[in-house]
Amino acid sequence: MATVVWFFAAGGAIVSALAVIVQRNPFISAIALLGNLASLAMMYVLLQSDFVAAAQVIVYAGAVMVMFLFVIAYIGPRGELAEEHRRPWQVAVATIATSAILVEIALVVGRSGFDAPASVSEQFGSPQAVGQLFLTTYVGAFELVSLLLLVAAIAAVVLGAGPRPMRVQMDERERRVREARELAATRSGGE
Amino acid sequence: MSPGLGSYLIISGALFAIGLTGVLLRRSPLVVLLSLEVMLNSANLALVGFGRYVGNRDGQVFALVVMGVAAAEVVVGLGLIVAMERRKMILDTDELAELRG
Repeated sequence: MATVVWFFAAGGAIVSALAVIVQRNPFISAIALLGNLASLAMMYVLLQSDFVAAAQVIVYAGAVMVMFLFVIAYIGPRGELAEEHRRPWQVAVATIATSAILVEIALVVGRSGFDAPASVSEQFGSPQAVGQLFLTTYVGAFELVSLLLLVAAIAAVVLGAGPRPMRVQMDERERRVREARELAATRSGGE
Repeated sequence: MSPGLGSYLIISGALFAIGLTGVLLRRSPLVVLLSLEVMLNSANLALVGFGRYVGNRDGQVFALVVMGVAAAEVVVGLGLIVAMERRKMILDTDELAELRG
């Protein structure tokens, strides 16, 4: 049973990842990434890491992907390039880098002696157990991540605020305000 | 019988290679960010797999931290794309070469 689910998740992960990089339309790429995340969540469940699987679905599929889809919808057809053609040397370098990594991983995995999993309790991936680790051993990392997210949120606001109003426009606005005040002063003085 | 660690690592490596290809070969910054997510997720799968097979929870904690970092990275990346869009710049990683010396 576990093997069947594993093959299902593995096939889904590979096919959807290929779809992410092959699709021309960024919207379809994002939907394919959603499938990839769901397949990986299935694998996390097979690895008895239930909390990570739940966080994967909630954080990635729920929050990150919504942000992606929002930006894709905001940009619209400008996110899609007319032609994607690359220079031959770029394709060559990418192929060499990718195949080097694949060969390296295949060599290491072929040699690894990890194929007997450790026996773990039912509570291996429970939120209680993982949360306890986060608040004891790894409390420093936990706090740093929260700080990082705060900084990222501020950065997003600053970047999204757009270009500052031009100095000339500001001067123009100040001049108009001054004129209006002077006009009001002369009127009230004349009566 | 359940699949061994090697099968998870092979999937993780394949996903990493696919994501790397996307980052290197696609020109739309949105798709580059999506491919980057594939790479980060492949690393997460390796972390969770190793943690399961060694038998402690540190791998899961590490994977959750990676998720937080990935969320921050996506926020800044998408913010940059929106800023580029608002300044009417070309959304093409090959055209954005104004800093070239």
